[in-house]
Amino acid sequence: MKGILGKKVGMTTLFTAEGEAIPVTVIEAGPCWVTQVKTPERDGYSAVQLGFEPVKPSRLTRGQLGHLGLLKTDSMHPRRRVLKGIPGPLRHLREFRVKPEEAPAEGEKITVAVFQVGDRVDVVGTSKGRGFAGGIKRYGFNRQPKTHGQSDRERRHGSIGATTTPGRVLKGLRMPGRMGGVRVTVQNLEVVMVDPERNLLAVRGAVPGHRGSLVMIKQARKTKELRKG
Amino acid sequence: MDLLESLNRQLERNPNIPDLRPGDTVRVYARIVEGGRERVQVFQGMVIRVRGSGAGASFTVRRIAAHGIGVERTFPLYSPRVERVEITRHGKVRRARLYYMRGLKGKATRLKEKRPE
Repeated sequence: MKGILGKKVGMTTLFTAEGEAIPVTVIEAGPCWVTQVKTPERDGYSAVQLGFEPVKPSRLTRGQLGHLGLLKTDSMHPRRRVLKGIPGPLRHLREFRVKPEEAPAEGEKITVAVFQVGDRVDVVGTSKGRGFAGGIKRYGFNRQPKTHGQSDRERRHGSIGATTTPGRVLKGLRMPGRMGGVRVTVQNLEVVMVDPERNLLAVRGAVPGHRGSLVMIKQARKTKELRKG
Repeated sequence: MDLLESLNRQLERNPNIPDLRPGDTVRVYARIVEGGRERVQVFQGMVIRVRGSGAGASFTVRRIAAHGIGVERTFPLYSPRVERVEITRHGKVRRARLYYMRGLKGKATRLKEKRPE
């Protein structure tokens, strides 16, 4: 299975032996543990749930601890979930869609070693929150003239519609509002470096989110591996 | 610790580039790849800027080409494409960015040699 959870570390430059400079995002990825395997028979679809970043038990609710098989079975709770292999409570759980035949076993450990240099991956993250942003920043609207009698509307949007017909503002019209802080996927990034010893991964290009934010790295949907030449 | 910083520290700075200061007159031997063929091109001029830290650090060399046209080239400090750099002269300067050189020509661009401490 090619997928892992990680934390964005930041961007830097790597040089190839030939001297080509590659802009990369470094991700501290894994180790992750398979916390649940969902099957079409039981769950109606096929997926693998990975857990990332061990934390102390007080960080999780009793429900989450129970899901991770960390609560003891006793006479009052005879049917608690059993999960072998995970090191303890895990902060983040995320699902990856995986074909049933490719699914690993519950409790299995996943490291960056599942990726190789040259692989193509999709990276999912939460984009930086921009707060309430205007039309220029949010949608790339043009600025209005600063001169020729204009005043106080340099960065406003223009007209938002006609007059009596239709007599309303069309739905979905692009206007100022909350920007960022949403799930964003960047497709088809090339894996440039894999360091299993330090759980580091470097991909070419930028990745959504702040430094330190959680990212999902999956096998690219649209390309299997880097085409040579 | 800052992981990225430790990663940057571990990257090798190109060992063939000595410590450069603004005002130095240098000869940069840059490897140029032209249609699969590789050769070394020399660029001689004055260092007018050394900027950045880590893998993205670079320096800029200014020289006066034919017909008095100023030409500036920026080289990464970490790139293996710089074969080596020779410092021929340390100029005495009082600022870090010598952008004022762009407005000067001829004799006015000369710098006094820095006296060794």
